[in-house]
Amino acid sequence: MADKIRMKLENVNFFYADTQALYEINLDIYQNKVTAIIGPSGCGKSTLIKLLNRMNELIPNARCEGNIYLDGHDIYDPKVDVVDVRRRIGMVFQKPNPFPKSIFDNVAYGLYINGVKDRHYINYKVEKSLKDATLWKEVSDRLHSSALQLSGGQQQRLCIARTLAVEPEVVLMDEPASALDPTSTAKIEELIQELKEKYTIVIVTHNMQQAARISDYTLFLMLGKMIEYDVTNKIFTNPSKKITEDYITGRFG
Amino acid sequence: MKRGISQRLGFFSLFLCMLVTLFFLGAIIYFITARGVSAISWEFLTQVPKKAMTAGGVAPAILGTFYLTLGAVVFSLPLGVACAIYLCEYSPKNYVVNLIRISINNLAGVPSVVFGLFGLAVFVKFLDFGVSILSGCLTLGIMILPNIISASQEALLAVPQSYREASFALGATRWETIKRVVLPSSLSGILTGVILSIGRVAGETAPILFTAATFYMRGYPNSIFSEVMALPYHIYALMTEGTHPQQQRHIAYGCAMVLLILVLMVSTLAIIIRQKQRSKYG
Ligand SMILES: Nc1ncnc2c1ncn2[C@@H]1O[C@H](COP(=O)(O)OP(=O)(O)OP(=O)(O)O)[C@@H](O)[C@H]1O
Ligand SMILES: [Mg+2]
Repeated sequence: MADKIRMKLENVNFFYADTQALYEINLDIYQNKVTAIIGPSGCGKSTLIKLLNRMNELIPNARCEGNIYLDGHDIYDPKVDVVDVRRRIGMVFQKPNPFPKSIFDNVAYGLYINGVKDRHYINYKVEKSLKDATLWKEVSDRLHSSALQLSGGQQQRLCIARTLAVEPEVVLMDEPASALDPTSTAKIEELIQELKEKYTIVIVTHNMQQAARISDYTLFLMLGKMIEYDVTNKIFTNPSKKITEDYITGRFG
Repeated sequence: MKRGISQRLGFFSLFLCMLVTLFFLGAIIYFITARGVSAISWEFLTQVPKKAMTAGGVAPAILGTFYLTLGAVVFSLPLGVACAIYLCEYSPKNYVVNLIRISINNLAGVPSVVFGLFGLAVFVKFLDFGVSILSGCLTLGIMILPNIISASQEALLAVPQSYREASFALGATRWETIKRVVLPSSLSGILTGVILSIGRVAGETAPILFTAATFYMRGYPNSIFSEVMALPYHIYALMTEGTHPQQQRHIAYGCAMVLLILVLMVSTLAIIIRQKQRSKYG
């Protein structure tokens, strides 16, 4: 594996109050690759992806052990500013969650809070992000109308554009297409393929074909434990564990 | 068949309850208007009282009510919203905070005359603001603080958690998230609390009885340390201490009508603002 490691998880355990949700996770995430996380419902996929940009810290009484590195620096180091971590590691959620603001203001939000004042730059960046998220053509004539009037698929691409506008290095996506119809899903998959040229992507998905189609690496989780992590091709054609094969072929889960 | 009948019976009794409510509302408005409308004139709205309060207008009382209401809201709105933000967005979720919440809700049930006594002891006497607009505004402000806090809390809790998550995930701090996402989305709910409070402040007599109100003024108050006339107290005074009850009674009804119209106007205005806010996005 000659790919460059971007993020690294070492012996990560995670607890919600008293119940342990993740056990001994050791994971390398490679630059400009798509890493898919698959596994049955409740196995800890969302929990794991939230750890990667410290979103889990919003949950009271949750606790994380072990180390998570971005470019060799521990993102949980007390000296590290969580705001900075989240700026570098963006996240797209399962349910599209645009702000009740205009399309323009949604995309520009991250720039506003970063103190960007230059109107020209903001305009340029909004247009660019919307183009990168393949939404520009559909909304360019109504940038100042409400984002809530968009369709679900458009809203999700808007959320992607909003994430891209702050130029993160890693983009996390938790089942970004699960609430969408096949056409919108296809668009988002295509988009992910384009995005990996520039970004490192981690995606949670319930859809085996989707994982096989779009990812380079696949992690199979069960009951909070890593069962298998390998190149996607290997996982889907020649998994080393019987249980992985059973899951992928739909024999359970 | 049987279910159909009981359903219809249910609807009918609900409809009846609504009619009764409407009837009382209508009766109040009719009664006040019928007795008060003869007193209302341009002079009534713009002049000071004359001839020992048997003629002239009630402009100082209208203005006084306006000052007191405005002052109370100006004082309690920022304080109440700030308190709600702390309780909803910052404070740890433990029993101390729960206790604070319960206390605030209990405060809303304290009779207004108790607030009046408190205002007298603290603002009028201890802080030596005297019987003044300032003391009245502070007393009224404290009285509606629990209402504003509860309404704001409800409005904040109604903001979807996913908005906050989205904002945090973009690298916003807690304060940026509150300022740019949470508060704008909860504005209409907070406004509702303020509207209800305005109605209450404008109509309360007991809290200003010892802290701000006076029966008669020759002119208008000239500072926040002046006493003021106020519509609800004016009504009370005309009906209980008037020296010429025959000529003064219709003035009292006139005042009641003005008060009613003012409160309705404020509510309507706020509802319009709220609708605008809602339809803007969403
Ligand atoms: N906030 C929370 N508090 C306590 N337990 C939680 C919390 N969130 C998740 N869990 C538990 O942690 C485990 C993993 O949940 P998680 O949401 O990560 O699963 P998932 O793999 O994303 O499932 P799905 O595919 O259904 O989204 C589950 O058993 C869940 O009940
Ligand atoms: Mg999940």
